[in-house]
Order: sequence, then C-alpha cells, then structure tokens
Amino acid sequence: MTAKLMLRVEALSKQFTLHLRGGLRLEVLHGIDLAVHAGECVALAGPSGAGKSTLLRSLYGNYRADAGRILVRHDGAMVDLATAPPRTVVQVRAKTLGYVSQFLRVVPRVSAIDIVAEAARGLPPEAAHTAAASLLHRLNIAPRLHALPPATFSGGEQQRINLARGFIGGHPVLLLDEPTASLDAENRDIVIAMIAEAKARGVAIVGIFHDAAVRSRVADRLLHVTPLQDAA
Amino acid sequence: MTDDTLLSARGLSLHFGKIPALESVDADLWPGEVLAVVGESGSGKTTLLNVLSGRMHPDSGTVWYRDPHRRLHDVHTMPAPALRALHRSDWGYIHQNPRDNLRMSVSAGGNVGERLMAAGNRHYGNIRAEAIDWLTQVEIDADRVDDMPRTFSGGMLQRLQIARTLVTHPRLVFMDEPTGGLDVSVQARLLDLIRSLVARLDIAVVLVTHDLAVARLLAHRIMVMQRGVVVESGLTDQVLDDPQHAYTQLLVSSVLQV
Amino acid sequence: MNGYNFAYLDEQTKRMIRRALLKAVAIPGHQVPFGSREMPLPYGWGTGGIQVTASVLGAGDTLKVIDQGADDTTNAVSIRRFFARTAGVATTTDTEQATIIQTRHRIPEKPLRKDQIIVYQVPQPEPLSKLEPSRAETRRMHALAEYGAMHVRLYEDITRFGHVAISYDYPVMVNHRFLMAPSPIPAFDNPKMHMMPALQLFGAGREKRIYAIPPYTDVRSLDFEDHPFRTTRAPHCCALCGADDSYLDEVVTDDAGGRMFVCSDTDHCETRQSQGHTGTGEPLSKRAAAREVAK
Repeated sequence: MTAKLMLRVEALSKQFTLHLRGGLRLEVLHGIDLAVHAGECVALAGPSGAGKSTLLRSLYGNYRADAGRILVRHDGAMVDLATAPPRTVVQVRAKTLGYVSQFLRVVPRVSAIDIVAEAARGLPPEAAHTAAASLLHRLNIAPRLHALPPATFSGGEQQRINLARGFIGGHPVLLLDEPTASLDAENRDIVIAMIAEAKARGVAIVGIFHDAAVRSRVADRLLHVTPLQDAA
Repeated sequence: MTDDTLLSARGLSLHFGKIPALESVDADLWPGEVLAVVGESGSGKTTLLNVLSGRMHPDSGTVWYRDPHRRLHDVHTMPAPALRALHRSDWGYIHQNPRDNLRMSVSAGGNVGERLMAAGNRHYGNIRAEAIDWLTQVEIDADRVDDMPRTFSGGMLQRLQIARTLVTHPRLVFMDEPTGGLDVSVQARLLDLIRSLVARLDIAVVLVTHDLAVARLLAHRIMVMQRGVVVESGLTDQVLDDPQHAYTQLLVSSVLQV
Repeated sequence: MNGYNFAYLDEQTKRMIRRALLKAVAIPGHQVPFGSREMPLPYGWGTGGIQVTASVLGAGDTLKVIDQGADDTTNAVSIRRFFARTAGVATTTDTEQATIIQTRHRIPEKPLRKDQIIVYQVPQPEPLSKLEPSRAETRRMHALAEYGAMHVRLYEDITRFGHVAISYDYPVMVNHRFLMAPSPIPAFDNPKMHMMPALQLFGAGREKRIYAIPPYTDVRSLDFEDHPFRTTRAPHCCALCGADDSYLDEVVTDDAGGRMFVCSDTDHCETRQSQGHTGTGEPLSKRAAAREVAK
C-alpha cells in the first residue's frame, strides 16, 4: 500500500525585492517541485546560501511564494498554502504542519516546560505538562531548568526546547531547519531517534541537515537546491 | 462578509480637514483571532480603532458587527443605547492609559464588579467573589480587592483595567497600545498575561501598537498602515519576516535588536 | 393682598411651572428643567419648593409647612406666613387637615391621603452628582438607564462599612425606570414614598429642576439581594409621647451630655400627647442613652 501524499510542491518560485536597496531583485527559488509521502524524510541539500532555508520557510508560509503551489494534506483535502488566506494557514499550522526553526524565539517569562506544553494540542493542561516534561527529559534538559524561561540557556539547550516544542504537537508534516546544528553527539543521536520514530508513525518530514552523517541516517531522499544567484 | 466573520469594515475613509486619517480601509476579524494594526504616529491606526469601535464616525464606509445571535449590526447607524450596551458587555476597550478606564476612587473590587452590576447583577457576595477571581487571574493579590487604584503601580493599573474589561467575557476587545508607557519588565508580564487570557478565553482582538515585537508575540494577522492607507496585511510572521511593501521593509529593518 | 399676585408668582410663571409639573408627573422620577425665578429668599432656603407650592396652591387649599418635621422652626414659620400673606390661604400644623404640605427633609409620620399633595424642597436633584461630574453625562446615563455607577457606590459602602452608609437622600428607583434623589429625607422615610396615595412633587430652585412621583407609584430604595435595604431609627422612645416607631430628633439638654429623644414630627407628637400618650418626660444621661443603644 503506497503511503499517502502529504506535501506536494509544484513550480514554486520566490524572489526578494529589496526596496531599501533601490528595488534590487533577488531570485532565490525557481520552479521547485517536490512530493513527500507519509513516513518519508526528504533532506534539502545544497551549498550555503542556495535557498534551502528560504524553501523551508516558504513551505511553512513564513515566506510568501511568488508563483507555484504548496499543497498540504489538511483535514483530508489538499490545501494550497501559497494562496490560502491567513486564517487557513493558521489552522493548517495548528493541526497539520509543524516547523522547528533554527533558533528559538524566546518569549519573556514563559518557562521552558510551558513553551513545550503549550504546543501539545488536544491535551488537557496536566497531561500536556507531563508529556512536555518527559520530552524535555529525553532531550537531556535537567528538571531544574524546566521552570525557567530559556532566555539564559545555551544555544544547544534552546534548540532542544525548540525541538521538543516541534515534536510534541504530533503534526503529520514536519519541517526541520538544522535540528542538530547546536547539539553534541549524544543529543544528536536522540534527535535522530526521534525523527526515526516520527517517520515510523507516518510523519512526512522535510529537513535541512548540515551534517552529512546525520543526513544519511535520516533522509530517504535528497532534494538538491541550487543557487540561482552568486552568493552575495 | 463571510458567514462567520465577527467584525467587518469596508471602504473606511476619514479626513481631518486635508489630512487623510483613513483612506478606503478594509478589515476583517474572525472570532478568537488577534489582528494587530501597526504603524508610526500619524499612520491612522488609532483612528481606525476608534472608527471600528464606533467611537468615531467615518466620512464613508461601513463597519459591520455580528452579535452572538448571528445578527448583523451596522456599528455607526445602530441606536446609541445599543452601541453603549455593546461596549459594556460584548465588547471591551483597553486604553493605553489605564486611568482613562478606571474609577480611581473606587476600590479594585468595585472597579472589576462595575460591569457586572451594570449588567444587572445584584448580589454583593457574588460580585465580590467574581472580582477576587479576576484579580487573581490578572495576578493582582486577592487581598488588594478593597484597595484604591491610587495605591497601584502602572502595571497593576493596566492589569486592573484588563480585569475590569474582561469580567463580562467580551467576545471582541479593542486594545490601544496596551503596553505603551510601561517599563520593559512590566511589559513582559502584561504581554504574557494578555497572550494567555486571549488564547484561553477565545477573545478576538484588534490591537493597535507601534511595537512590532508586541505584534509578533500576540497577533495572528497584521495590518501595516502608513498615512491612513493599509500598505500591507497578512500573516504576522510572514509580513514581518518577508515584507513586500517598501514601507514595511523600512519598519522592520528599523527595529533595534537587543 | 399687599400688591402681590396670588401666591407671589405671576400667572405666566405659574403656568410654566405647571407645564413642567405635568411633564414630571408623566415621567415619574425624571428631572424636568424649569425657569426658576428670583424669589425673596436666597438659594438653599427652599426656593424650589416655594415655587412648586405657589404654582399648585389654590384659594381653597390649607397649607402646612414643616422643616425637619417641625412646624415651628424659623423657616417653616416664615414660609407659612409668606403664603398666608401672598395667597391668603388657610394654614395649619395639622397633617390631617392640610391639603398641601411643603416639607424640608422629612415625610410626616401620618400616612397621606390621595387628596393631598406633598412638596419636597430639594438641594441637589441629581442622584449621580457625586459619581459623575458632567451633567451632560448624567443626562445620558438617565436616558439610557445606565446606573451601574450608583450600584458601585453602594458596593463600596458595603465593602468599607459592612452596610450601605447612606442615611439620608438615599437613592431610589422610581417606576422601575428612573433613579431619583428623594431629597435629604432620612432613609427611614423612604418606604413611605412607595405606593403613596398622595401626589409627590419635588422642586430644586438653585438647580432649576422639577420632578414628581404620581400617586401609587412603585418606589424602591437601591440595595443588593444579600444586603437588603433596612430602615434605621434611634432605638429610643419619644420622651414626650412615648412613640417607639417614629423618627426621633436627638436634643442635647445640658453640658454634661444629657440628651432627650423626641419625635421629629411635631404634629405627630402633639397629637399623640393630646390622645393621652406620654413618655418619660426626662432627659437621658449620656451613659443611659448609650446603654439603650447597646440593647
């Protein structure tokens, strides 16, 4: 039985127009096609500055696509995020599409465990807290840090909280931007295991993995993103 | 206006003499979502808030509101008593300066209980209990329920204003720079409070702010205004991370990083 | 009649005031502005009440004037004589005989009849005046029946004192619609206004407002369900007539703190005495008075 198509990108194009630099136009993506099925992980590969992050952010709706379609299976139907109204994108992100960014955006005053628990959809507060605590524990965040806001945590700790938040939501499609970049070998292995478990659960993943070794262990396929311009 | 839009404005225009405060502004708001209106001074964002809430009349354009019984009301032609009743029950308005919306010589409990009393609640014990409950929710010590707001700090006053406004569970709250003028640490606490209350109570919010970080933290959608015109609008993180319009790009690039 | 028009005011003025009175009666508790005239006594001395009385007085009326319940204070006497001179009407101190009763700050103990009119002297007609300084805003509040602020005031009293601490001019809701200031009558008198058979007219000369309660109108003092309105009176008997249910004046009788409690309504007290009721006739020492209160 073939796995369900979860994400399909068709002829995606994106450029930046820098009005503050006289309207300078930077074309970053042109005609990108991609199909990702449940349970598979596609890694974006390419040199630095090629547009991998731009592509990932475009898939999330964080960047606006200029042309093409970004179809996500949401509530049984394929929704085109490139043209969907903002409300729909919010709904898709809440239920279907998760994103782990490269850097944790720190909200003042909210503790690490609350940051993660808030992302646990469909769980009552107590269960969300328990799930958050166990996930943080798995990622080697010491219990004494759980109640602290992560503003003063190290980069690696922040990234692990970010990861916990991304994985706890149970989204069927996950976008991962350099998930292991700031982690040591031990935590890297944990994350690789988490990705494998997610795939086994049927999650479709698109990720950027700087480390070739990690990439080879998690990715089923590669999508090569080649730079359209010379890196400035 | 779609079947489930809560508030809808079309073609709002307002001039103060020659000065364009609003030029053909459209806006929509759905239940439970936060819409930020950002811009610099003179952008028209506060004027827009006033027109949306019926406090000011536009030269042209309409604002529609859908009440809990799903009936549509034209905010600017509905009878004044109905609009005032709306402001006391289903709607809320958080002022930048909390003193504009508090009775300074009435106790905290009396301030919070006033909308309940205005709605016909006549049981002292219940009113006081609910006031205490709300004070706790906005992180004001319950034993300050009988204290005068005169003895409160700026941040506490703002939280008291929020309690006083939310006590009748409004579905739609207008906020005018709710954290303006507060110390940064106080702001953080207040933002966290607003964030969790809005999410928990499923309140729709129109939030006017000049602070893009506040918009990013609280809003699902954002409208950028310049001299009365909406130059860009959309998903908050998209508009702030991938601004399309020149003015938006200028605004975003001007924000100081800590 | 000493060169004055009947009851001092000219006919046009009386008509103007009667028009205002009709409007007031038509909307119970609602304040109607009127063109308050210059009267031969200053503001604060009952000019509003006098103008209302002058406008409703007829040659066949019998007028009673009381001040804090007494017929014999200087002001009551002056006003009674004023109308005797300018209108030539009969005057009386007997509540039962009067057809018009002008009063400052009390309602007579004896229930009034439907053929009687009681005219109240009002210093401040706006019940919301202490809560909202803007008159334009209070007018809007009345128009929209937005009375939350007054309940907040009562709430504050209960918070601070455990009970509503308004002892006179206690705000009332008239005909389930308008919030009204009953004038500085003691809260003890408020229940008398409810379903009163007599016509009640209110005149504020300085503030230039007239309002009215038609006969048999619903008048309720504001309260909370769990703190219902209660009347209070000094827990003594009248020293002169022994009444234990009338509103009492406290009269200091000597420099040692001795005091007597006597009926505020002089006519009521004298009538009871003529019927044979007596009190102790003696002042109480300060300590004895306190003891009675403690009981």
